[in-house]
Amino acid sequence: MKQNIIDIAYLVSAIMFIYGLKRLQSPATARKGNQLAGVGMFVAVAATLFVQQILTPAQMLIGVVVGGGFGAILAKRVEMTGMPELVAAFNGFGGAASALVAGAEIARFLAPNAADLMGGAVMGGIDAITISLSILIGMVTFTGSFVAFGKLSGRISGNPVIFPGLRVITILFMLGAIASMVYMETGAGDFSVAGFVSDPVVQAALAIAVIGAVLGILLVIPIGGADMPVVVALLNSYSGLAAAATGFVLDSTALIVSGALVGASGLILTNIMCEAMNRSLFNVLIGGFGGDSDGAGPAGAVSAEGLTVNSTSADDVAILLSYASKVIFVPGYGMAVAQAQHAVRELAEELAKKDVEVKFAVHPVAGRMPGHMNVLLAEANVPYDQLFEMDEINGEFETTDVAVVIGANDVVNPAARHDKASPIFGMPILNVDHAATSIVLKRSMRPGYAGIDNELFYNTNNQMLFGDAKDSITNVINEVKAL
Amino acid sequence: MLTNLIVFILASIIGSEVISKVPQTLHTPLMSGSNAISGITIVGALVVAGMVGDPWAMYLGMAALIFATTNVVGGFMVTDRMLQMFKKKE
Repeated sequence: MKQNIIDIAYLVSAIMFIYGLKRLQSPATARKGNQLAGVGMFVAVAATLFVQQILTPAQMLIGVVVGGGFGAILAKRVEMTGMPELVAAFNGFGGAASALVAGAEIARFLAPNAADLMGGAVMGGIDAITISLSILIGMVTFTGSFVAFGKLSGRISGNPVIFPGLRVITILFMLGAIASMVYMETGAGDFSVAGFVSDPVVQAALAIAVIGAVLGILLVIPIGGADMPVVVALLNSYSGLAAAATGFVLDSTALIVSGALVGASGLILTNIMCEAMNRSLFNVLIGGFGGDSDGAGPAGAVSAEGLTVNSTSADDVAILLSYASKVIFVPGYGMAVAQAQHAVRELAEELAKKDVEVKFAVHPVAGRMPGHMNVLLAEANVPYDQLFEMDEINGEFETTDVAVVIGANDVVNPAARHDKASPIFGMPILNVDHAATSIVLKRSMRPGYAGIDNELFYNTNNQMLFGDAKDSITNVINEVKAL
Repeated sequence: MLTNLIVFILASIIGSEVISKVPQTLHTPLMSGSNAISGITIVGALVVAGMVGDPWAMYLGMAALIFATTNVVGGFMVTDRMLQMFKKKE
């Protein structure tokens, strides 16, 4: 009976998760959707607490208050630019939790009163597989996410870390994980009562935990800063798979369903990001592509071919924009770094007052995680119906008077279309060069995240507005108002 | 075991269908929100930590509980914070 109530409660929360995610299909219903999923989680936790035989509710409460308080502080304090790091960290916590639960399950199988705890069940071969997978995926997610966290927050270098033998070592560790699984498999079902730590199952579990932790680091350090959005999406998927694996361990439908949902979500986003960069997932994971934006190239350099760029001024830009009928802004992460998004929104409003049609074109890899730029613009009060995805808006540049590129670089480089030698060849780009005039706001001629020169800058109908993006935009606003 | 596998596969298909229709605008909230859902491990943590009898299970379970709760509470809260910023043009 008790088990039935719990199963029904878990079914209810799974349905709430699915409908909650479904409501994320539109910004108008998204907030309700997230709240619905939150209620689903509450139902699952409440059912577990009240119906299962939780013998130490007070201790459980302490755990929930400590973890919840910590999570709440992180959620309240984070800047929107820091969202990728936070999601990476939360992924890591989820992975760690899954690995720990699988570890605790071993402890219950091995406990002197295991017959009581597990209802007479003995750890079998399948248990050994699910438990070792859960520990392995959980630990890879844990350390991998924290390496990603370090790279995204600048605590460790965003440059790819590659040393000779890295691949061989990685493969050896993977083989070690398989060997440990086999070792656990042989130890299952036959426990030495002698001691916890000397038991082969425990030894195998510890070995898998260590191997998983090292693998997580080895798999993420070779990946460059520019590819981090893919990695965060992939780790998101892993954290779901880790939860699902724990569901197999505990025979819990709730964990399996939720884990599968998140696993699918992460994989889809990973795929979208790879397509947006025209790179295969394998190619991203091999690593070595792109470093920190501030690592590459000298400031103020002229291109190798001796081409020159047209430099413009704030008052010229103001005139150009005020008398345009259609303007498209192309924001990149550089805009967020310069904290220029509020100024950009103000400029967009000033132009709208002059009956200029204003739109924002957001490339899928603008920002440092999928959809990051949209959040940054939403924070600056840009209405979401002014934001357009690449495929929606790319045909419109032909009929656009002025395209304003703010802190974006590689995603507007026409070389991606025709220059087979370019590292970004084949990457879908925003057709900024099709607009009658393009204006690029840039601090200097320094190359972008991928460390390559941008053809757009040398086009005859392109003008560069050099300087800090926020200052430049503020100057343009003042000139527009004065007109 | 087979039943679990069937459930896993069906849930993956539902997840793919639902999530592939989420627009790019909401991909960041989707990640943080789905990440909070993966904190469902909290339920597993409660079970293993709450049914005492073995100190090791208890320690590991408590650690898992704290990690999972951070994930759940933080994930849902930050997603809500993001989503309330998405507004239509008045």
